[in-house]
Amino acid sequence: MLWKLLASHRFLDYNKLVVEGGKLSLNSCQLLASCRVLDLTDEKGLLCGKILADLGAEVIKVEPPGGDPARRCGPYYHDMIQQETSLFWFAYNTNKKGITLNLKHPTGREIFKALVAKTDFVIESFPPGYLESLGLGYEALYKINKGVILVSISPFGQIGPYKSYKGYDLVVLATGGLMYVTGEPERPPVGFSFPQAYLLASVQASASAMIAHYHRERTGEGQHVDTSAQASFLTALTNMIPRWELSQIVTHREGSRRMGVFAQANVRSLYRCQDGFIAFFVLGGISSAKTNRAFIEWMNSEGMADEYLMSIDWSKFDFATVTQEEISRIEGYVEKFFMTHTKAEIFKGAREKHIILQPLLNIPELMHNEQLEARDFWQEVEHPELSDKITYPGPFIKLSETPLNPQRRAPFIGEHNKEIYLEELGFSLQDIMALKQEGVI
Amino acid sequence: MTEAKVFEGIKVVDFSWVVAGPLAVKYLADYGATVVKIESMEHPDVLRLSAPYKDNKPGVNRSGYFAYYEHNKLSLSLNLNHPSAKEVVLRLVSWGDIVVENFAPGAMEKWGLDYGELKKVKPEIIMLSISNQGQTGPWSRVPSYGTLLTAMAGFSDIIGWPDHDPLMLNLAWPDFIAAPAAFTALIAALEYRQNTGKGQHLDLSQLEISLLFQSPLVLDYVVNGRENKRNGNSSPFAAPHGVFKCRGEDKWCAIAVFTDEEWNALCRAMGNLPWTKEVRFSTLLLRKRNEEELNHLVETWTINFNPEELVSQLQTSGVSAGVVKSAADLYDDPQIRNRNALWSMMHEEIGQCTCLGQPSILSRTSAELQRSAPLLGQDTLYVCQELLGISEEEFDQMVINGVFGEGY
Repeated sequence: MLWKLLASHRFLDYNKLVVEGGKLSLNSCQLLASCRVLDLTDEKGLLCGKILADLGAEVIKVEPPGGDPARRCGPYYHDMIQQETSLFWFAYNTNKKGITLNLKHPTGREIFKALVAKTDFVIESFPPGYLESLGLGYEALYKINKGVILVSISPFGQIGPYKSYKGYDLVVLATGGLMYVTGEPERPPVGFSFPQAYLLASVQASASAMIAHYHRERTGEGQHVDTSAQASFLTALTNMIPRWELSQIVTHREGSRRMGVFAQANVRSLYRCQDGFIAFFVLGGISSAKTNRAFIEWMNSEGMADEYLMSIDWSKFDFATVTQEEISRIEGYVEKFFMTHTKAEIFKGAREKHIILQPLLNIPELMHNEQLEARDFWQEVEHPELSDKITYPGPFIKLSETPLNPQRRAPFIGEHNKEIYLEELGFSLQDIMALKQEGVI
Repeated sequence: MTEAKVFEGIKVVDFSWVVAGPLAVKYLADYGATVVKIESMEHPDVLRLSAPYKDNKPGVNRSGYFAYYEHNKLSLSLNLNHPSAKEVVLRLVSWGDIVVENFAPGAMEKWGLDYGELKKVKPEIIMLSISNQGQTGPWSRVPSYGTLLTAMAGFSDIIGWPDHDPLMLNLAWPDFIAAPAAFTALIAALEYRQNTGKGQHLDLSQLEISLLFQSPLVLDYVVNGRENKRNGNSSPFAAPHGVFKCRGEDKWCAIAVFTDEEWNALCRAMGNLPWTKEVRFSTLLLRKRNEEELNHLVETWTINFNPEELVSQLQTSGVSAGVVKSAADLYDDPQIRNRNALWSMMHEEIGQCTCLGQPSILSRTSAELQRSAPLLGQDTLYVCQELLGISEEEFDQMVINGVFGEGY
């Protein structure tokens, strides 16, 4: 079989190239430097591979000839709606390489198997059963490489009664329980206006992949990791499941109010101020007495506290017993007070007085945020082909010994075909032309 | 014969509390690591003080919230403000492989337990710190909660309706995206240590990972100067795309139609109602232009069905749809149950209760519920004597001195 022939070819020594500063040296973070990842995902799973790439793995994004469906996700660079200018693609494919390969073509599958022979992870987000239908399910991959870890990201998982259900992001937010508790009571439940469900699922998948990786490093055995986007949301439901089980209370959407966590009563979590919004909640319990007092003193110093507010004994202000009426009354003072100040004034005062609150910020404000600037968070990524440098969010974690790499721009369609097919698998230029002609790559 | 768990033998010193940290540690605990969670009556995990409680009676061992997240861990009661506590912690660190904490930055330093100090005791220790805004920078030490960060990290700006105020979530989204990412890096660092002998300090800022979750919006602003705002449930690339009222009290169904194929499938599912054939709905462009009317018409159809039967019908037709599930729905969700994504356990004070399983199923290495969430300080004696080798005499003296906190 072709794949066996190809797999027997001498592969380039990846580690050596890193040392020599060759083409593959783009990953200087060594944590996963010995790992290769074949990333078959669409927009549902791109972040999983990016996280592994950021940690130093060599991630090869495998696209169907003509380009990945995720390239059709907006927004676009200067609103040019083209496959090579999707900003969604840019964002979640940095530090990856890119090759084209048609898995529907028999030769394409053979080439894929040859790649699998020297691969540590395969990540996919096809409908459950699709890879199997191509003869590329986990069992088939295991036969080629018993150490390979197949990471499958899907709406509901590879097993169970809903495994074949289609789940776009909104549907996962709905079936995962987030939407039911989000929104205003008099309007329909609402989710994020920018897809988040599969980003969470992708990070859950990277976490599970590392469990499998740790196991493999000890036993040599890979396995199939089946991540359900819906089940990922169970991790985020805070107290909602136990609240139903122990108290038979279903948490509902109540606008910007926190329900049934600290208090039986609802606690407001967002207030207007002069130029925007402040996230804050009145807190109970002995540990909050000091900051509550500091806050009331601040209001009082500006003539905005009255006898009632000053008379509250915060050391006895207990969320277990406080009534909704009392909380609402206190919230009324807070509301008035915030309306006399700007976000910046309130945040500054709160920091000085150790009051826990945060302003609502938008992306333009965050781009000039002094905390992020002090941490050197934003990264300029070179896009020489666009004669541009674009500012990206920086590393997702700071590591003292092995800092994450600066990001390299996402690959173009088939950008690394030559490197992988010619230099690594040993195809000739003629072969490549034929494979392209046949629609294999 | 039971197979060794993946992380069997890995020792974790866990200072973490209120979700982000504990959730990162949970992967280790569920896959066999020995996790010692440090708390005290003076400083219990806030989850222990959060509802719901068994029989609505508050108590540090009665919170179902705590029980949902904190199983498979040992509880060591230790008053970190006691002068002798540091010595116990350092012995634990000598014993441990990994230290996890998510206090407001500066807290560990105040106790003399920052990475620099821990490293002196155990050079190869790996320390994971998760915080609101990172370990460095001018706002680093400003205490906060993940819930509030939802607003500051930009999420609230993209939740809600264009004609109404932005919205907060009822959950601390930045906590839940931080935990799996932090764990991923933690295991990579552990593997690196196995190969090189080098430990390190991991500093995850929840603000920063929140921006990774909005990267395309950042780029849209940087490149195109566009500010993306909350837009209800609408998507620029799909119509209908929203939540539709169904039969019954507060029952809803999410429907997302991106392609013409999916639109045709939806039309078929609706029995090819005459309005579905109108030209103004024939392409995505036209459906987007007439979206309000379209949503209204779809809802006049969905309102006739209960959401479960509707979703089953739509999915069979090839339409991506889902019930807007409440916690009660999820509790009985056939898919969740089939995947064993929620576990059931007997808790000493709470009785039979549910705790969080794992979002992924691994074919060769299963996660396991070994024990329910610990009672506060339940394992203090075991940890001190069996894990740290503290003598009975020394232990008793420490109890008298109050090292383990009030009431131990």
